[in-house]
Amino acid sequence: MNLRRHLDARLLPLAITIALFIALVAAGAIRYEHFLAPQVFLNLLVDNAFLCIVAVGMTFVILTGGIDLSVGAVMALTTMLSASLVERHGVSPLVAIPLVLAVGALFGLLHGVLIQRFGLQPFIVTLAGMFLARGLAFLISTESISVTHAVYQQLAAARLPLGIGSISVGAAVACMVVAAGIWLAHATSFGRTVYAVGGDEAAARLMGLRVDRTLVGVYVLSGFCAALGGVVMTLYMLSGYSLHGSGLELDAIAAVVIGGTLLRGGIGYVAGTFVGVLILGVIQTLIVFDGTLSSWWTRIVAGALLLAFCLLQRFLEARGPGGARH
Amino acid sequence: MTGASEATSRRADHAGLRQLLAPLVALLALAIVGTLTSPGFLSIGWRDGHLSGQLIDVLNRAAPLMLVSLGMMMVIAVRGIDISVGAVVAIAAAVAASIIGAAGKDAGAGALFAAIAGALGVAALCGAWNGLLVVGAGMQPIVATLILMIAGRGVAQLITGGQIITVYHAPYSYLGNGHLFGIPFALVLALLVTVALVLALARTALGLFVRAIGMNPLAAHVAGVRARPIAFGLYVFCGLTAGVAGLITSSNVMSADGNNAGQLLELDAILAVALGGTPLNGGRYSVAGTLLGALVIQLLTTVIYSSGLPPQANLAFKALLVFAAMLLQSAAFRDLLRRAGGTRRA
Repeated sequence: MNLRRHLDARLLPLAITIALFIALVAAGAIRYEHFLAPQVFLNLLVDNAFLCIVAVGMTFVILTGGIDLSVGAVMALTTMLSASLVERHGVSPLVAIPLVLAVGALFGLLHGVLIQRFGLQPFIVTLAGMFLARGLAFLISTESISVTHAVYQQLAAARLPLGIGSISVGAAVACMVVAAGIWLAHATSFGRTVYAVGGDEAAARLMGLRVDRTLVGVYVLSGFCAALGGVVMTLYMLSGYSLHGSGLELDAIAAVVIGGTLLRGGIGYVAGTFVGVLILGVIQTLIVFDGTLSSWWTRIVAGALLLAFCLLQRFLEARGPGGARH
Repeated sequence: MTGASEATSRRADHAGLRQLLAPLVALLALAIVGTLTSPGFLSIGWRDGHLSGQLIDVLNRAAPLMLVSLGMMMVIAVRGIDISVGAVVAIAAAVAASIIGAAGKDAGAGALFAAIAGALGVAALCGAWNGLLVVGAGMQPIVATLILMIAGRGVAQLITGGQIITVYHAPYSYLGNGHLFGIPFALVLALLVTVALVLALARTALGLFVRAIGMNPLAAHVAGVRARPIAFGLYVFCGLTAGVAGLITSSNVMSADGNNAGQLLELDAILAVALGGTPLNGGRYSVAGTLLGALVIQLLTTVIYSSGLPPQANLAFKALLVFAAMLLQSAAFRDLLRRAGGTRRA
């Protein structure tokens, strides 16, 4: 009985998410003529590639019971740093891209160490990290820097044909990140430790797992993903700007939660996060197709969805084996 | 170190004073930097029937942040957090501006009071909503208030119709620009709320209950403290302070901007509370510390503005401040310092 309940808590949110995705698509297909065109779906990936990449990193952080509010800002810093290095200092993209990825990972390392080593709360540390990253981006330049370097232009224009349509380089990277995330979560000792720490940190420690290293590792991963998202965004926007990706941390958290990951950690899937990103994308597409609804409805709907899924989580927790003890 | 800790255990007052030391030192350092960059920084004058000077300006501009920080402090004291305050500021401003905008520019005092009541009512509702999710549904405070933070900006946009509403009603500007006995009215409002809060905390059992809930919610509940209604009430209070801040900010610029009003205010408020020595895991609070923390942040902003650095750079400075304040609160970090100090002595 307990096992079945446990399975419920693991899979029910994901099942609801997938059903919701299908329902939204069906609603779109009934109301709008060209909604089911394959390219509409491929564009979900193209337009949300950076969100997808960031959300995969966020999934690991939330699985350990933490949170990373700095991702949008780290992304903005990455776009700014790339644009400034390539455009103003003549650095080759081959050097600039690895460099900005390292900066993102370093940011994550700073967060991880402060959280793990000094026992600070994740949200406040990453909130400060958000300030720091945006502040540094503003210090580079308060104006937007457009990227005209040939390599970036070519990468941005490149389309990979898929038979039914085509996707951008960013979308391809996002797909690879999702695949790598699934592999990391389910086929490596790092992934298993992440789940164990989220389930019960003390127990994971007693089992001799490398808890400390993993807790720092998830923030490094999230910082790296934020920077990779920033590189993809640089391609998507062809500019560096300190205000890029504002509010992105909220979208990423919403995608993770809608994708069925429990905020207290321990339960969730990278694949679920992928569906969560697609749902946010479909909502945006629906609003664009409608044409009369203003774009701020996206935020209201995202907030409402986050609320609904949080309440669902509370309900499942109260029914599950954890809640029964109270 | 041991001597100092014995002294604090003997006299509880010392602990409170020592907590205030860090923000006071920061305030002093910033004031010195301010005087170096602009010589007349500390001079206070009397012009057009009210106090004037850069320092008064700092106090005046800090008023909304002081208010919001007080609300934030009370929520943090019971182990909560409210990151929706910036959005609530935007909503309250939007409500007030649209009520008074609908009344027209020659409307009487009635429209002003309707606008104030409407804004505060909606702000209290926002607080009650947060309280309901945290206390009623048992959600984590950071996530529960994240929802209003995301959706709230959308709601504010919806109220203003995506436009920046400009207010032409002259009496409305008194809230943010007027003076009472020569003191900026916004500052008077902040002081009134402070006095009311201090009285409620010190003259009734509320302060004791809040500390009890923050230290150990279960123990407080077992001891008969009605933890849930109190926590709910504190979220409403936090919403209300954000509402007052929204009125002041929108009155100050005579407009309401759903997108930018109160932007990043939640971060400033949390920082002010942390700088003021209130631990972020609850159980203690310091009204004086929080007010000083809010002043430090406003002074930092002003000093950076006048120093010629890009204004947005103060984000980075604030971040470093948060890291420093957090590390000083961390037991692990203090241990590390003590050990480093010990090895040096040896």
